[in-house]
Amino acid sequence: MIKRKVVLHFPASVVEQPFIYTLAKEYNVVANILKANINPRKEGRMVVELSADDKDFNTAMDFLHARGVQVLPLEQQIVWVEERCTQCGACTVICPSNALWMKRPEMTVSFCSEKCIVCERCLKACPARAVEALYLSGD
Amino acid sequence: MTQLRTIQEINEKIAKGQVVVVTAEEVISLVEKQGVEKTARQVDVVTTGTFGPMCSSGAFFNLGHTTPRMRMSKVTLNGVSAYAGIAAVDVYLGATEIPETDPANTDFPGAFNYGGAHVIEDLVAGKQVLLQATSYGTDCYPRRKLEKYITLDDINEAYLFNPRNCYQNYNVAVNLSDRTIYTYMGILKPNLGNANYCSAGQLSPLLNDPLYRTIGIGTRVFLGGGIGYVAWQGTQHNPNVPRTENGVPRGGAGTLALIGDLKQMTTKYLRGVSFLGYGVSMQVGVGIPIPILDEQMLRHTAVTDAEIFAPIVDYSEAYPQGTGGSLGEVSYAELKSGKIMVQGKEVPTAPLSSYPKAREIAELLKAWIKKGDFTLTEPVAPLPTVDFPVKFKERDK
Repeated sequence: MIKRKVVLHFPASVVEQPFIYTLAKEYNVVANILKANINPRKEGRMVVELSADDKDFNTAMDFLHARGVQVLPLEQQIVWVEERCTQCGACTVICPSNALWMKRPEMTVSFCSEKCIVCERCLKACPARAVEALYLSGD
Repeated sequence: MTQLRTIQEINEKIAKGQVVVVTAEEVISLVEKQGVEKTARQVDVVTTGTFGPMCSSGAFFNLGHTTPRMRMSKVTLNGVSAYAGIAAVDVYLGATEIPETDPANTDFPGAFNYGGAHVIEDLVAGKQVLLQATSYGTDCYPRRKLEKYITLDDINEAYLFNPRNCYQNYNVAVNLSDRTIYTYMGILKPNLGNANYCSAGQLSPLLNDPLYRTIGIGTRVFLGGGIGYVAWQGTQHNPNVPRTENGVPRGGAGTLALIGDLKQMTTKYLRGVSFLGYGVSMQVGVGIPIPILDEQMLRHTAVTDAEIFAPIVDYSEAYPQGTGGSLGEVSYAELKSGKIMVQGKEVPTAPLSSYPKAREIAELLKAWIKKGDFTLTEPVAPLPTVDFPVKFKERDK
């Protein structure tokens, strides 16, 4: 059994195809959508938790790759730039999953990428702009 | 009260390398261990520190004369307008100024990614900044247009001159409404979703000298990584506020106008910041040494987060409408625990002021004094203060 949070990137050419349905029906993959930004004829992005048997999971990945869908590991999508962080803590009450959190009593900010759900709220909640989304900076 | 030492005596000890300096955090545990009397005899100086957004900040620049000469009347730096209504090539760039092209809150909430504070940060970082100036032209200053890239090295004088820094205590901001609001105190989630505060508490300069006995006009300070001075009382300086028995204000009170050479500063302690839906501000690092002239000063510096209280204010209605009213008081010890109780609800807290940076500044200032790189100053004139009958809780062993 594999259970993994990933970011799916859909090229504009395939964005209108029913991927989640195919994943469930053909490959027995359970897809729990955490966040999606899908618009007709535009590049789409979906944060999703996929779970399936090892074999099904791997063939499902092959299917996605074959259709041009990029599968990116979730934890590498949001980057906390420690050198830019001024340890003010403003992000810590905005982050809904406690991925950005405050160590007490030291009052230092830390980032736990496994807890991050890529909601992007921290990007603009951080006054020092110390959080970056890799997929956005590359655009 | 018996005087234990003078500032002159402290400076002599600094020169001899014999001065005893501790931070405003360390002095608390010293007093807990060995009592007030012994600590007061032992410690010469207590260093404080703070690092937080201080909107009322900015810098004066003398941009240097061009050939032919120019009386710059409209000036922008990286697109951010600087005030040029002073002499020919002098300007003042305010930290919160945003480019004319910034959509601001027309696309609500505005991102405010770049402004005056970021220009100052870029200059301090050694980056090139685009200077654009126009003029109406005069007989003595004929040039009408200028466009060139400059760095901090190309600017003659560059000094930070902040009209209001180091607020002595501040509000705790909450939101009682049912929509998210975007303030200078950060994003406030609806229905008491979070409580944001902004003070270094027990490390904060003016909370360690609550009645301004040693901090006055002319006091030498750590400012943005360099050396600065207290120029004046800050704007909105108000000593006439309710205080606790130890003299500590129960809300915003004193402020400082600070001045210092920008060329000495570093981006480690001077940073442009963006508050979503509000605007641009500057995080400024300040550290002030407090001479332990007598036991009372030592007791002031030994103040703990548990003894400093701040008012909880609703920023959805009471603050913007100016109707006032506090939802209660909390101590910084409670705020730092990560949650407080407001109207029977547990509310998570976030500081906007960086405690680790404040500690770093107090430590750095301590090191400078010990090394003999920084001496203490007698205030040239006092800040406006009040007669306050200070009473301390007994904490001697």
